[in-house]
Amino acid sequence: MRQVVLLKATPDVNEIKFDPRSRAPVTAGVKKKIGELDKRALEAALQTQSAVGGEVVVLSMGDDETNTALLAALAMGADGAYMVIDPELTRLDTNATSKVLEAAMRKIGEYDLIVSGEMTLDSLSSQIGPRLAELLGLPQVTYVKEFSVADGKVTAVRDLENVDEVVEVALPTLLTVTREINEPRIPSLMKIMRAKKKPRVVWDAAELGLDVETVKGMSYINITDVTAPLVERKQIKIEANTVEEAAAKLAEALAGEGVIL
Amino acid sequence: MSFLVYSEDRELAFQVLAKARELADAKGSEVVAFVTDGVPQNYINQGADRALSVEGLGSYALAPYRAAVLKAVDEAVPEYILIGATKRGKELAPRVAAALGVGCMNECYSMRLEDGRLVVERLTYGGSSVATEYSSSVPTVITISPRSFDKLEAAERSGEVIALEVEIPEPDVKVIEVREKPKSSSDVENADIIISAGRGFKAKDDLKILDELAEILGAAVGCTRPISADLGWMDFWVGISGKKVKPNLYITCGISGQIQHVAGIRDSKIIVSINNDESAGIHGVSDYSIVGDIYEVVPALVKALKERA
Repeated sequence: MRQVVLLKATPDVNEIKFDPRSRAPVTAGVKKKIGELDKRALEAALQTQSAVGGEVVVLSMGDDETNTALLAALAMGADGAYMVIDPELTRLDTNATSKVLEAAMRKIGEYDLIVSGEMTLDSLSSQIGPRLAELLGLPQVTYVKEFSVADGKVTAVRDLENVDEVVEVALPTLLTVTREINEPRIPSLMKIMRAKKKPRVVWDAAELGLDVETVKGMSYINITDVTAPLVERKQIKIEANTVEEAAAKLAEALAGEGVIL
Repeated sequence: MSFLVYSEDRELAFQVLAKARELADAKGSEVVAFVTDGVPQNYINQGADRALSVEGLGSYALAPYRAAVLKAVDEAVPEYILIGATKRGKELAPRVAAALGVGCMNECYSMRLEDGRLVVERLTYGGSSVATEYSSSVPTVITISPRSFDKLEAAERSGEVIALEVEIPEPDVKVIEVREKPKSSSDVENADIIISAGRGFKAKDDLKILDELAEILGAAVGCTRPISADLGWMDFWVGISGKKVKPNLYITCGISGQIQHVAGIRDSKIIVSINNDESAGIHGVSDYSIVGDIYEVVPALVKALKERA
């Protein structure tokens, strides 16, 4: 059984600062890492590998930082990494990105299970998994919080709004997982050192048989502005000598705001 | 600028219909509802010019609904396909977009016309920022967050109901069990005051200290994602991946202030935080904060409120 985990190296959203004037997020200098949710997708694949054997490879599209970030996935236990890195293929929307990943999957060739996070934490898109499943003609199971593989089938528990749904699907298929699925392992120093020796394959557009202009022409979403809404909070720290006094002052302040009686 | 509207959540479908109606009126175009619950007239009463009604789809499963939506797109030839951003909607929309080879924008909460273009706003960078976007593909798929728009007052309206014939494929994913989640007693989405619990609580039983405070204030009780999803102490959480809220007063107790939580409470009128860590990010996004132990401050606040009453 061969599993492919989709990963994305993104700036840690909790480390992004904002330009005080323009309120635009400043990502320069924030190191790109594999997102927490993506690590859980990989952890799920590694646990499945422990149960049923086979191989786990990761696939990512990005820039040179991705190449470094993916070492963390190899340290966790992935057997190899495939990357699409082409300076011409940046700032693509989900339609164009999924076309590139489709080409990469076809070049990877053999796979039984594709695992990804339920969304990317930077752009909050939850499109790549389902789009890739559509392009590859696969069934998909999204929002999976628990799954197992046996006899060529996946049994999964989906976390939906009002219900948990237990489903069964035949391989090959694509799963997207939620953050509750597991706690990702922290690799030992030894494994981190060995990660560099594992196979890493980098493809550009031409090697995937893609014409850069055609791909760019399939990118339709234009982002005209990104701004952090100004937090206009009073930020009043209630100072007091005792807890009782602080509580009384707070109650007073809230009554003054008219939000309590 | 015609719109095709669908959500398996009827209320959400009505909210999206109302906005589509407004935009279509501004452009002199039409709104088509994709209806699977057998009551197409309801959707016309809520703003659709036409209703494409499909019978026999059964409850939601991806493969049949995907096929039916694509059939409806063939029939209506919309410029925009608006789908309610429930989890089911969010898995359906990108599949439909990929099948059509078009752009898709997820979880939009505002839509407006600008220079003849439909411009949307959605959260990005973990919820910390707002992205303004438009799409140049025809059609474009857009998913709409719940409660972004108010539905219309239902009125007897006339419109065309068309029975849509669809060859319905078998679901490729088999549902073997559906487990109902426990119904929450707290209606946070409509509460004026919300008290919310975070990791500062050491045990599930300790949440009880919030009950008395909630009772005095007439407040609903919520929590962060780890309290609900990891620990299972409550059945839902507040945040961009859970429920977005806009109360008059939001009181955080032992919450550190992760971006994803803060983005879900941003529209609150007044935010109060109680956290013993002076450096916790939550203090910076609050109107009032007390740096102190929730186990001491919450009972003291109960006492102070009682004394005022």
